[in-house]
Amino acid sequence: MMVAHTNRQFETLAAKGVSHAEPDRFVEFVDVEKSYDGCSFAVTRLNMHVAKGEFLTLLGPSGSGKTTTLNMLAGFERPTNGSIMLDGQSVDRRPPYERNIGMVFQNYALFPHMTVEENVGFPLSVRKFSKADVTARVHKALDMIQLRKFGDRRPGQLSGGQQQRVALARALVFEPSLVLMDEPLGALDKKLREHMQLEIKQLHSMLGVTIVYVTHDQSEALTMSDRVAVFNNGGIAQIGTPDNLYKKPESPFVASFIGENNTLEGIVEQVSGHVCQVALRGGGLLRATPIDIGTQGTSCQVAIRPECIRIAAAADEENDFEATVEGRIYLGDHLRLLARLDNGQLLSVKVGPETITTEAQRIRLGWSHTECRAFPAQQ
Amino acid sequence: MDQGQFITAPNAADTRSVAAAIRRSQARERLRSFALAMPLLTLLLLSFGIPIAILLSRAVYDPTIANALPLTGAAMQSWSGNGIPEDKTLEALAADLKASQQNGNLSEFAKGLNARLPGARSHILKTARALDKEGVADTVSVIKSMPFWTSPGTWATIVRGRHALTSFYLLSAVDLRWNADGSIERVPPEQAIFLRVFARTFLMAATVTLATLVLGFPLAYLISSVPKTLGAILIVAVLLPFWTSILVRTAAWTVLLQKFGLVNDVLLWLGVTGTRLDLMYSRLGLVIAMTHIQLPFTLLPIYSVMRTIQPSQMRAAYSLGGRPLTSFLRVYLPQVVPGIMAGCLLTFILCLGYYITPALIGGAGDQLISNFIANYVNVELNWEMAAALSFILLVFTMGLYAVFARMLGLDRLKPV
Repeated sequence: MMVAHTNRQFETLAAKGVSHAEPDRFVEFVDVEKSYDGCSFAVTRLNMHVAKGEFLTLLGPSGSGKTTTLNMLAGFERPTNGSIMLDGQSVDRRPPYERNIGMVFQNYALFPHMTVEENVGFPLSVRKFSKADVTARVHKALDMIQLRKFGDRRPGQLSGGQQQRVALARALVFEPSLVLMDEPLGALDKKLREHMQLEIKQLHSMLGVTIVYVTHDQSEALTMSDRVAVFNNGGIAQIGTPDNLYKKPESPFVASFIGENNTLEGIVEQVSGHVCQVALRGGGLLRATPIDIGTQGTSCQVAIRPECIRIAAAADEENDFEATVEGRIYLGDHLRLLARLDNGQLLSVKVGPETITTEAQRIRLGWSHTECRAFPAQQ
Repeated sequence: MDQGQFITAPNAADTRSVAAAIRRSQARERLRSFALAMPLLTLLLLSFGIPIAILLSRAVYDPTIANALPLTGAAMQSWSGNGIPEDKTLEALAADLKASQQNGNLSEFAKGLNARLPGARSHILKTARALDKEGVADTVSVIKSMPFWTSPGTWATIVRGRHALTSFYLLSAVDLRWNADGSIERVPPEQAIFLRVFARTFLMAATVTLATLVLGFPLAYLISSVPKTLGAILIVAVLLPFWTSILVRTAAWTVLLQKFGLVNDVLLWLGVTGTRLDLMYSRLGLVIAMTHIQLPFTLLPIYSVMRTIQPSQMRAAYSLGGRPLTSFLRVYLPQVVPGIMAGCLLTFILCLGYYITPALIGGAGDQLISNFIANYVNVELNWEMAAALSFILLVFTMGLYAVFARMLGLDRLKPV
């Protein structure tokens, strides 16, 4: 395995040569694989690139390989196969302290025995900056996160949000061109998390730094990122803009992992171009957008988002079903209905809060084929 | 309506009674915990605290001379303190010696004075014999005929011994004494011994502490960084010696370190040495054995601190540009310092009290202060001297502990 590894390195080096990287390939993963035990892979066949100044989020459930990917980029882990390029150069043999990559850790990893100023000054002082220069830059960084007056405190004397901001300042103060963030907001409460998301986003656009961000929180990924790479089973399930991922999921995993989705089960009846017809389990026909779907007679599952389902007065929708309201949950800005279709399948429907419904009421639901996507059934 | 009563604020009287009830319940709680600890406290006080206090008090309280010379003491009240006392004092001395001779206390007195004034014992016994002879009427001239009793030093010692409280033993324990003209001086070099033994004890403790730190630190680091199961096995291996008594471990070392023992065999076989080394009854052997016994005491506090340092600390240091050595010195080591201090302090203080191991493995020149204390208690039966040495050792140890505890305490103030 070791031999194969080195060979691959030479190939990629030869292929890339010393050519300068294109700006949209600032970071590049080339066929990267990682195995800890030699038989199973934590990351498989990963090909991915990050553009300069981009905010890319690696999103996925735990164990999907996103943190391993980040650790390989930071240099804490070495890829078993493949190569990672940074600014056009392979960094496979470069130790983490020579990569000039800022990193923010989940538990902040602030140094408890140093003051806030010493923490933020650490990357500068190990780079042998002059004392005056260190002080000036540290003060500037602390001003940026509005913690100047806390400079003499130790991390333990700060709140979680403040510690998080110090960790941010420490990762940014030496002006790295790439910053990695490993679930940095995981330990904060919801309100603070949303505030910090905004703050990180502002820092990103202000400094123009490239950020690779790891999270398992899909709403965080959608609000912050330029692009999101959805990880599953050690590889990328889908990569794209938040809008693209939300509206056009390419697999049932992405459809259910990002946002909320109803799943209806059925059998493919007919496929013609961008529309297919599905016979639902328990009865009823449905028109949907086919995604990699099999031929007639194969089972499939149709995903439809709760907010895409409308309550119709008459049968004027492309897909039209009658249902019984089984439950209604009032959520302030909207109303959530649990509607049982006549074929027995259950749908969650998001409607306006003023919609007048009662339990056991019969309603008519409708949506178009562009709003629902049919995938091959998951085994 | 019913529920409303629960949420109305209690009036002032209610608040007071609630506070009193809380105090009462807490007082009961305190009494209960005190009662639980009471049997142990009593045992400790009776078997540990009081005996130690009594023994240590002997370092400064020695009534032997005052008890043996009551008349002399009274007669000396009017003496100026210069030269030799008047005849009436000498007469009283003769009477005291005779009385001691008759009630069998003479040898105890002679021994007590001999401890303070080497050689005094034979003079006293001789004087007592001379006085005891039939038909001696002029006791004063008998006494005056002996040079011992006309020496000012003798009388200076007796004057100081007249009081039951004495600083003699404590001064002796640090190689000091009162000279004839009432000031403190160093004892002559051929009699000075304890400062050297104290220095040897501290040097030995420092050597062993350093050795355990050098051996224990990397091991603690290893144990804290390997996977949990392997770490547990290693910890058991470290703790294994604890399951055997210190006496057995020392005895094992005496077997291993023999001139024709296993260690010498292996060294010879490996060609490390050409001749067999004198490991037994030598300082090197003693350091080896003590280091082995003390290693877990130094290692465990360091390990327990290392375990709390998250791996992300070093990763953060690396990612921020710290080279491995810089990161270790600036990020890892400062966080381990409290553990190092605790472990080293523990080993150092325990080493100060080592007794069995130096007695069995060390040579004549490797005996530590505890061996001398034991000798005074068991062989010389000079408990006053043993108490004085113990007291000095205790003061040193407590002082050291106070300094370290203070440093540790200050370190703990840093929030982690």
